[in-house]
Amino acid sequence: MKAPVYFDYAATTPVDPRVAQKMSECLMTEGNFGNPASRSHKFGWEAEEAVELARKQVADLLNCDPREIVWTSGATESDNLAIKGVAQFYKSKGKHLITSKIEHKAVLDPCRHLEREGFEVTYLEPGPDGLITPSQVQAALREDTTLVSVMHVNNEIGVANDIAGIGEVCRAAKVLYHVDAAQSAGKMPIDLDALKVDLMSLSAHKMYGPKGVGVLYVRRKPRVRLEAQMHGGGHERGMRSGTLATHQLVGMGEACRIAQQEMASEAARTLALRERLRQGFDDMEEVYVNGDLDAHVPGIINISFNYVEGESLIMSLPEIAVSSGSACTSASLEPSYVLRALGMNDELAHSSLRFSVGRFTTDQDVDAAIEQVRHAVEKLRALSPLWDMYKDGVDLDSIEWAAH
Amino acid sequence: MAYSDQVMDHYQNPRNVGKFDDTDDQVGTGMVGAPACGDVMRLQIKVNDAGIIEDATFKTYGCGSAIASSSLLTEWVKGRTIDDAAQIKNTEIAEELALPPVKIHCSVLAEDAIKAAVEDYRKKSAAAE
Repeated sequence: MKAPVYFDYAATTPVDPRVAQKMSECLMTEGNFGNPASRSHKFGWEAEEAVELARKQVADLLNCDPREIVWTSGATESDNLAIKGVAQFYKSKGKHLITSKIEHKAVLDPCRHLEREGFEVTYLEPGPDGLITPSQVQAALREDTTLVSVMHVNNEIGVANDIAGIGEVCRAAKVLYHVDAAQSAGKMPIDLDALKVDLMSLSAHKMYGPKGVGVLYVRRKPRVRLEAQMHGGGHERGMRSGTLATHQLVGMGEACRIAQQEMASEAARTLALRERLRQGFDDMEEVYVNGDLDAHVPGIINISFNYVEGESLIMSLPEIAVSSGSACTSASLEPSYVLRALGMNDELAHSSLRFSVGRFTTDQDVDAAIEQVRHAVEKLRALSPLWDMYKDGVDLDSIEWAAH
Repeated sequence: MAYSDQVMDHYQNPRNVGKFDDTDDQVGTGMVGAPACGDVMRLQIKVNDAGIIEDATFKTYGCGSAIASSSLLTEWVKGRTIDDAAQIKNTEIAEELALPPVKIHCSVLAEDAIKAAVEDYRKKSAAAE
């Protein structure tokens, strides 16, 4: 069977060949394999030099000081370190945090963990456009709030929050602000010199770097303190112990360098691909794009094909790799909590597909996807009793369904 | 997740897709599930005077396993008496389709659908008498 065409760049990206090349130079005897923490010989010094260059490449992408970059194993670890580390360090000052209902699980689960430890967390609800506003954050602030964590770009629907505005609100209230930027870094401009953001999580594998590496940005001025979650040799100024994985870090550095250099042209290209895809369904009945399309990352689009269930739709699309907000893709019977948080009805939430395009997607890929999706939706609507009822003018909300 | 060959077969070539006139006294309709849960099945049977199911049809909104469960059921009930059809157990459907544990609810829904269709037919014929 021919490999399906990849439309899941928001889940992970393939490693750019230029990145893979740099990584492969840091592995074997002839390469830069030393331990960056070895101070007594050339192997260590050279590895350290490579790691510091990578750190600078990440810092350049974000316009911050390299000393503000802490290497981690990925955005999940960065989110954990930021949220638990800050909450625990500042707990004598207060035990209240603010986040949103559409965060990634890597933010929500540390928050739940802190709740079990006696912290209080406010979960903000997005508007129907999927966005969290600075004024919502303002209204939720309390005397004892120490941290706000509201993401930049949402992974399921692609909307981009006003992190500049939220940062202003937090700074004025002297509350720290953490941003999960896993989906936006390298794709949208981020200027940490201008933004009032105190902590930011990034992952390499969402921007054509390797899996297993990420960073947490920790602001120096005004200084942000946190409690380490990983104890050991005191690496990364005591914030994250563990031998630095030179090849991974070099890979992330190179991925950031390429992303910075090519961001403008790549953003324009991915936006054009996304729009081509969206317009391919323009003339279909009962098709809805989820989330605001103006405040949006270029490469992600989430579309509901009403009266068709997401998992069976994916089953009809063996030649394209997409992801679904449908319940049936998970063991639970709940549809996507993100789509639900937008106030969307259950049928639409069950009927959604997330398409994400990227560096290696072509116009031909998009055209093939449009054709296959249109065909599958028509086939499944012919099978759908809900589509029949819609066509007969029956209001589905007027029916008393027996939930099971 | 990988699907069994049986599920793929029914999913790709669903049997007996369609709709009967539900005002017909010979027709029993069972609609079960809810859009909120991601599954709605509409199963219809056409019953003759001897109480034998002459024809069956379905439409299903749901995952592949739900579609396959209802498709299989329409094949199974044809030619059976309504009493017999109402005895079909979800475990038989799950076994035939090799459904994994997370999809057992699809076969439960199919069992509910045939029971509801038989019930609907009985109510109608009782009212007609």
